[in-house]
Amino acid sequence: MSTINLAVNGQSVSGEVEPRTLLVEFLREQLRLTGTHVGCDTSQCGACVVMVDGKSVKSCTMLAVMADGCDVTTIEGLAEGTELHPMQQAFMDNHGLQCGFCTPGMVMSGLDIVNRHGNELDADTVRRELNGNICRCTGYQNIVKAIRAGARAMGD
Amino acid sequence: MQENGIGASVRRKEDQRFLLGKGRYTDDINVAGQTYAVFVRSPHAHAVIEGIDARAAAAAPGVVAVLTGEDLAADGIGPLICGVVVTSDDGEPHRAPAHPALAQGKVNYVGDHVAVVIAETLAQARDAAELVEVNYRPLPAVASTADAASDGRQQIHQEAPNNICFNWPFGDKAANDEAFDSAHKVSSIELVNNRMVTNPMEPRAALGEYNSGTEEITLHMTTQNPHVHRLVLAAFNQLAPEHKLRVVGPDVGGGFGAKIFVYAEELVVGWACRKVNRPVKWTADRTEAFMSDAHGRDHVTKAEMALDENSKFLAMRVHTTANLGAYLSTFATMVPSYLYAFLFAGQYATPLIYSEVKAVFTNTAPVDASRGAGRPEATYLLERLVDVCAADMELDPAEIRRRNFIPKDAFPYQTPVVQCYDSGDYEAALDKAMELADYSGFEARAAEAKNRGKLRGIGFSSYVEACGIAPSAAVGQLGGGVGLWESAQVRFNPTGNVQVFTGTHSHGQGHETTFAQLVCDQLGVPFENIEVIHGDTAKTQFGMGTYGSRSLAVGGVAIAKACDKLIAKGKKIAAHAMEAAEGDIEFTDGNYTVAGTDKAMNIAEVAFNAYVPHSYPEGVEPGFDENAFFDPMNFSFPAGTHICEVEVDPATGEVEIVDYTAVDDFGKLVNPMIVEGQVHGGIVHGIGQALLEGCHYDENGQLVTASYMDYAMPRADNAPDFRIDYAPTDPPHNPLGVKGCGEAGAIGAPPAVINAIANAIGAKHVEMPATPETVWRACQSAV
Amino acid sequence: MYEFSYHRPASVAEAAELIANAADGKLVAGGQTLLPTMKHRLASPSDVIDLGGIAEMSGIVVNGNIVTVGAMTTHAEVAASSEIREAIPALAALAGNIGDPAVRNRGTLGGSIANNDPAADYPAAVIALGATVRTNRREIAGEDFFTAMFETALEEDEIIVAVDFPRPDAASYMKFENPASRYAIVGVFVARTAAGPRAAVTGATACAHRAWRLEEALQADFSASALDDFEAPVDKMNADIHAGAEYRAHLVKVMAQRAVAACA
Repeated sequence: MSTINLAVNGQSVSGEVEPRTLLVEFLREQLRLTGTHVGCDTSQCGACVVMVDGKSVKSCTMLAVMADGCDVTTIEGLAEGTELHPMQQAFMDNHGLQCGFCTPGMVMSGLDIVNRHGNELDADTVRRELNGNICRCTGYQNIVKAIRAGARAMGD
Repeated sequence: MQENGIGASVRRKEDQRFLLGKGRYTDDINVAGQTYAVFVRSPHAHAVIEGIDARAAAAAPGVVAVLTGEDLAADGIGPLICGVVVTSDDGEPHRAPAHPALAQGKVNYVGDHVAVVIAETLAQARDAAELVEVNYRPLPAVASTADAASDGRQQIHQEAPNNICFNWPFGDKAANDEAFDSAHKVSSIELVNNRMVTNPMEPRAALGEYNSGTEEITLHMTTQNPHVHRLVLAAFNQLAPEHKLRVVGPDVGGGFGAKIFVYAEELVVGWACRKVNRPVKWTADRTEAFMSDAHGRDHVTKAEMALDENSKFLAMRVHTTANLGAYLSTFATMVPSYLYAFLFAGQYATPLIYSEVKAVFTNTAPVDASRGAGRPEATYLLERLVDVCAADMELDPAEIRRRNFIPKDAFPYQTPVVQCYDSGDYEAALDKAMELADYSGFEARAAEAKNRGKLRGIGFSSYVEACGIAPSAAVGQLGGGVGLWESAQVRFNPTGNVQVFTGTHSHGQGHETTFAQLVCDQLGVPFENIEVIHGDTAKTQFGMGTYGSRSLAVGGVAIAKACDKLIAKGKKIAAHAMEAAEGDIEFTDGNYTVAGTDKAMNIAEVAFNAYVPHSYPEGVEPGFDENAFFDPMNFSFPAGTHICEVEVDPATGEVEIVDYTAVDDFGKLVNPMIVEGQVHGGIVHGIGQALLEGCHYDENGQLVTASYMDYAMPRADNAPDFRIDYAPTDPPHNPLGVKGCGEAGAIGAPPAVINAIANAIGAKHVEMPATPETVWRACQSAV
Repeated sequence: MYEFSYHRPASVAEAAELIANAADGKLVAGGQTLLPTMKHRLASPSDVIDLGGIAEMSGIVVNGNIVTVGAMTTHAEVAASSEIREAIPALAALAGNIGDPAVRNRGTLGGSIANNDPAADYPAAVIALGATVRTNRREIAGEDFFTAMFETALEEDEIIVAVDFPRPDAASYMKFENPASRYAIVGVFVARTAAGPRAAVTGATACAHRAWRLEEALQADFSASALDDFEAPVDKMNADIHAGAEYRAHLVKVMAQRAVAACA
C-alpha cells in the first residue's frame, strides 16, 4: 500500500491505496465522490474526466499514486453550494444533458476547452475538442450549445 | 394554462443533481459488507464444457464463493425466458432452447456466462476469476446471419433444427404474387441491416442485498422497467416471491432498449446475495457490455415493389433472415416479426404486402430490441426501396413518395399489415421539410460542391413508427405474455404538495419534468411543488416501464386520469366546504369556484380538508390520493420526413453530413425543449448506424468490435446542427393528443443518410455502416 | 490490473537503476497506452517505474535548427508550444491531433515512440524529419529506431531522454483517422529539407517506415502531381475491419499528395 496526499476540490485528503488503484477508483470508492463515472475501459468515453493541476485527464487512465501531491477537481467541486458554476448552469439552460451519465465528464471537458480556447468558442472548435467524450443521449448539439454559452458566461 | 404547464420548455428538475455530481446510479451505491462479483465468461463461440475446476479460485485471497450452473440448477433458479410467442409456419411455437443464467454443459457465444466469483474486493474477484479452470471442447461456430440456416451448418441447439427459431410468413402470398406478375415494373433491393450494440453510456450493474430477517431480496439495478424485472425474476426464475423481491432502478444512465431485458448477471447477483448472505455488487466493464448486452438489428433482406405505369405501389414483398443470437432474449422474437412486418406500409397506400421472416440462431450474443426495435429495420428497407423505385421510374424521390402517400383525409387508415394509423398529414411534413432544407436550391449547392471536388447528395426518408406500446388486447392476440397498460398514482400531501408515482422509468427522458408539467397544467399546483417518483417497486404501484416511446402516450395519460379523479373528488369536498351544490362547482387553474359567486377554494385547501376531515361530506373517503390505469386503444403513430444532405470526398470515400432537416408529427408537445433533445439524440443514433456503427464477429464467432477502439460511436464532430420542426396532427385515440418521440430519429435517419450517399455517388445502394472504404469502393464501381 | 510495485524516481539515473533491478519492470510515461493494457491484464509488470517526476526529461528547447523535445513532454505541450509552432508547425499540428485533449494532457512523446504502435502518429514525424532519439546510453537515428510492430531499437532498460528534430524547410502530416479509435488508418508525414524530400508512413503497415519510393518520386518535383502514378504496395498493407489493404494503399497515395500540397 502507498500513502498519497493530494488536494481534492480544495480539501487536503490522504489515502492508503494499492499501486494498481486508479485515480477514478480512489475518488469513487474511497472518497465516495461518485459524480465521476466510468463508461469504458479504453480511455475513450470521457465520463471519468477530472481536472488534475488544472488540466483535464481521464481518471480511469491514471493511477491514484500518480496524483500524489496534485490538485484534483471533480464535478462535485464546481458549484458553490447549490449555486451552479456557469458551465453547469449552461448545461441546464441549454438541455445539454439527458441521462446525466456522461455529463460530469462533458462539463469538465468544457472547462478545459475554455481554458485553452477562451470564452468565444465556435461550434466547430467545440465539436472537435469534444472527441474524447461520448454521449449516447443528446446528439451533442445541445452540449455544444451549452459549452459555448457556458464559456461566454464564464467571461462575464 | 400554467406557466410551467403543457407546451412550456421548462428546465429539467433532474438536472440539478446530475450537474452537481449527485446523481445516484447503481454503481454509486455502496452498502456495508458488500462483496464483488466477477463473471467467468466463455472465450469460445461454441464449446462443450467438459469440466470446471474452481478449487484454486475458491482458495484465492478474499474469495467468498465460486458458483456455477450446477449450483444454480440445484437451487431451482429457472432459465431466462422469452416472453412473446411467434408461431412458425409449421404451426408450432418458435423454438426456445433453454437459456441458463450460468452455463450448463455448453457455451454458445463469446461472453456466455460460465461461473461467478464473489470476493471481498473487486481486484480479488478479478484475480480469482482467472484461476477458474474451465475445460472446453470447442465446436465449429455459426456466426453469419445469411447462411446460419444453410444445409450442413453446425447445429447449435437440438431443439432448433437448421438453427431456425421460426419461419414466419405474413400476408396473402397468392394475391401478392398475382400483383407482381401483372405489374408494369418491379423494383428490388437486397440489403443488410447492420448489427448494432446499443451502448447506453452507463454499463449494466446490479447490487443485491438479502435480509435474512424478512427474507427479502433488494436488487438495485440498471433497469428500464423495475416491475417487469421483478415479475419475470419472481414468476419464471424463482428468485423470490414477488412480494419478497424489491427491484430498484435508481438513476439509470441511458437504456435505449438494452436495459429492458432480464439478463443472467442481474439474476445471478440476486440469487448469490442470498446464497452467500452478503450484499453482492456487479458492474459491467465496457468490454463485458459489448459481449453480453443484447445487440440490435442484424437482418439480411431482399425487398421488392410492384409498380404501375404511374409509379403507384401495387404490392410489396420482403424476405428477411433475422439473427437472434445464441439464445432468445426477453423480447427477441417480437422484434423481427410484429414490430417489423407490421410497419411495411410506411407512409404509403400500398394495398398488398407479403413478407417472410426466417429467424435464426447463431453463436453470437442474443439480439433484442434496440432504439426503434424492428421499426428502423422496416423503415430502412422501405425507404431505400422507394428510392430504387424512383430511380427505376425516373421520378424525383419526393414525387414518388407524394404519389403514394396515404392521403390526409384517409385517417384513421387501416393498413394491409394489421396496424390502423391514428392520424397523419404526410404531405404537410414533406412540404415543410423540403422548404426548410431548401430542396430547390440543391442543384446549385451540388454544383458548388463539385467545384471543390466533393460529391453532394440529398436523401429523403418518410417514416412511420408505431409506439405508445401497447393495447393489451393486441399484445395478447400476438402472443405477448403481459398487458402493456400503464399506471399512475397522484398523491397530495396534507401540506399541499404533490407526489406523482408512475410505472414508467426515466433514464434520460426527463419524466420528472414532463410529468410534473402535466400535473401542474391539470391541477394548477405550482411546478416546484410536484415531485415525480419512479423506479422502485417498493414505492410505486405496478407499472410496465419505459421503452417503445410509450411513457407519455400511455403513462402520461394514466397520470392525467388520476388527476381527473382527484379533481372530481375535490368537487365534493369543495362543495361541502363552500356550502354549494356539487353541480355548481367549477375547477380551473387549481381553484374550485362556485358558479356565479366569488367563492373560491384552492385545491391545496381541499387536500388539507381531505386529510383533516373535521367537517366533511358524507360518504366521501378521507384522503386525497388517486390511482389510475390506462390501457391505450391503439398504438400511436408518429411520422415525419427527414432530409439529409451529404458531401462525399471521392478520393477517400469520407462522408460529411452537411445538413439535416427533420419535420416530425409527434402530436402535441408537452416540453418542446425535451422533445427536440430526443430528436437530436435519435438522429445521431441513426447516423451512427448509417455511417459508423457495426458489430462484427469473425467467422469463428470471435467478437472483433469489443471496445470503443473498434466500435465507432458517433462523436460531436460526426454531425452538424440539425433543422428541427414539426407538422403535428391530432391523434384521436390519445386523450392527451400526444404521440412518442424517443425513437423517431433512430428510425428516420439511416435511410435519409444512405439515400443521400447513393444520390451523391450515383450508386444504387451502399451498405451500412457506410464507412469511407465502403463508400470509396462504391464510388469506384459507380464510375 | 495485476499487483505491482510502484516507483517514482527523480532522475534518469535513478530510473535506470530501478528498471535494471526490477524482475520484470516497465517504464511508464503518460500511461495512456500502458495503463489500459494493464487494465485488460495484457501486461503484468512486477514493477512500474513512473518517469513523471523526472524534471530533466521534460521540456522544449530550440537551438539553431534543432528542436529538442524532452521524452516526457506531453502532446498538449508540444501542440501548444509557440517555439514548435514556429519551427515545425507540422509537428505541433500532429501532436494536437493525437487522441483527444485529456489524452494529450497525459500522453508523451517518449511514451508514444517507445511503444511504437503501428498506428501511432509520432513515429512518422520522427522518421520523416530525420530526428535523433537520445537515450540514457546513446543516440539513435529516427529511421533506425522503429524496428517492427511494437518493437524499437531500444535495448533492455534503455530510457529515451529526448528527441532532436531538425527544422525542415516545410513539412506536413496528413492522417486518415480510424473513426473508432482515432488512431491513424494511414498517416503520411512529408518534409522538404535541404537534403531533399523525406517521407514516412504510419498506420498502413506493421511498423512506421521511411517511404523511400515517395521520396524518389518527389525528388525532382516536390508536388502532389509528381505522385500521380505512385502506387503503394498492396501486399505490405495492414487489413482489418476498418480498412482493407487495397484501400490503405490507395490512402497512402491520397494522404501523401495532400501532405505535399499542404507544404506549398
